[in-house]
Amino acid sequence: MRKIDNDHAAPITSGAASSGASATHTDSSTQRMENALIDIRAVSHTFQTDSGPLQVLDKLDLSIAEGQFTAVVGPSGCGKSTLTRLVAGLLKPDSGEVWLHGELVKGPRASVGMAFQNPVLLEWRSILRNVMLPLEIVPERVPAAEHEERARSLLSLVGLEGFEDKKPSELSGGMRQRASLCRALIHKPDVIILDEPFGALDAFTREDLWQTMHALRATEPFTALLITHDLRESVFLADEVVVLSDRPARAQYTLSVPTSSHERTLDDLYTTEAVEMLAILRQQIQLAQGRTPASHS
Amino acid sequence: MIMRKVLVPIFAIVVFLVFWELLVWVNQWPNYKMASPSDLWPAYVKYDTLFFTYGWQTLWRTVAGLLLAVVLGTALGVLMGVSRTARDALYPLLVGFNAIPKATVVPIMALMFVGQHDLNTILLAFMISFFPIAVSVSIGLSTLEPEYRDILRALGASKLMIFRKIALPKTLPEFFGALKVSVTLAFIGTNLVEIIEPHGRGLGHLFDSAKISSDYPLMFAVLIVLALMGILLYYVVVALERIFAGWAERGAD
Repeated sequence: MRKIDNDHAAPITSGAASSGASATHTDSSTQRMENALIDIRAVSHTFQTDSGPLQVLDKLDLSIAEGQFTAVVGPSGCGKSTLTRLVAGLLKPDSGEVWLHGELVKGPRASVGMAFQNPVLLEWRSILRNVMLPLEIVPERVPAAEHEERARSLLSLVGLEGFEDKKPSELSGGMRQRASLCRALIHKPDVIILDEPFGALDAFTREDLWQTMHALRATEPFTALLITHDLRESVFLADEVVVLSDRPARAQYTLSVPTSSHERTLDDLYTTEAVEMLAILRQQIQLAQGRTPASHS
Repeated sequence: MIMRKVLVPIFAIVVFLVFWELLVWVNQWPNYKMASPSDLWPAYVKYDTLFFTYGWQTLWRTVAGLLLAVVLGTALGVLMGVSRTARDALYPLLVGFNAIPKATVVPIMALMFVGQHDLNTILLAFMISFFPIAVSVSIGLSTLEPEYRDILRALGASKLMIFRKIALPKTLPEFFGALKVSVTLAFIGTNLVEIIEPHGRGLGHLFDSAKISSDYPLMFAVLIVLALMGILLYYVVVALERIFAGWAERGAD
């Protein structure tokens, strides 16, 4: 809906270019990515609420290539969670199409893994049996003999070795979230959808889990769609950060995060490049909120 | 641990009995005003076979009513927990039904099922005790966080699968909480019939005959046995809860 004022957008783009990050404006005419694993095409969605219709998405376009980690940021209540439910096939869009692996998404499919802010572990099951839950629904995705072995190796990868037989209530919030990530990955999904999975954790635990995500990705390459409120998180984890406009949401701005030659560490968040990227994103969020961004030097 | 779980409650009961005995003794109450614990023992010895026969009748009919309440209460609760329409339709009916004093239902039931004393009693125990179960199960199911459903739904799991793997086990703690309330309610139901509708069965009948023959210690003795049976059944439920929903219990202290 809201057109981005070119006077504001121009210096931002140049600022990003000079710092090595490439930024592109996206609108409905953006050319479509070839071989995209997830391709969201002109999706609009409106909820019927007690106070009348509420349009949350407006001709939203978004493509994610195979193996790519895309973060979506935007103002509160702009429809980010609706987006995850559309990609998961839990919700049908009013108009537009969601394509996953070259197939039109018409309903839920086994090739998606999900993790939420609430780890939603089943309290009556051990951590191991929680992680293995998806395999009870879609056992064919992993050879039967490897089910338990795979769960155990994922758990040890996120640092939960020795906690397999514990109940969720015996674990800290961060550990529960780690188990929830393992559950999202156990059935080798084509894409994992992360809806603010680190949102409720304290700052130190959150940063630990960011590192865990990188470790997981190094051993278990996956395609990811991350919804977050945390700009540092988006820059640290993603290859591409998409800023959504205020409701009804469109893709307002896309930032490519340059791949670093070495494994990312937290120090990388304090380089000039990273600080530039964060400043750009912050300005874009302010634009999305309808505020005039503070001048950017 | 065992000290605390067993000895503390027993000690509390002993203290209670001593206090009761002293209260009667200090006030010098005659046993028609209030019998003391020491009056009860002779009553038990004198009528021991009656206590066993009538006690058993009360117990099995209460348990039968309770089982009926569990089956039908859970079914109603599931229906109301799964379907919003069913919830909107059934809640006022259930609340209204629950608000009717069950003592007034006793004569109606007696006319409806003339002579079928066991059936009358079981049905009343059921009627008075199914409500908490139905409400708890429906609330447990309808307040399930959507994310729980989504993790399985996103994989294409059927509604039945989600219900079996997540919704049902997650509702068990609420169910057992309600069952603990229903246990005592079911005893009230059974005894209402046994006392109001005299047909010579159960501890309620023994109470009624004690009243007619002015055997006051016997009346109190019946009440104590009813209390003990309530405690017994309550702990059976606690044991079942520990087996099936022990995960919901947080570590002690």
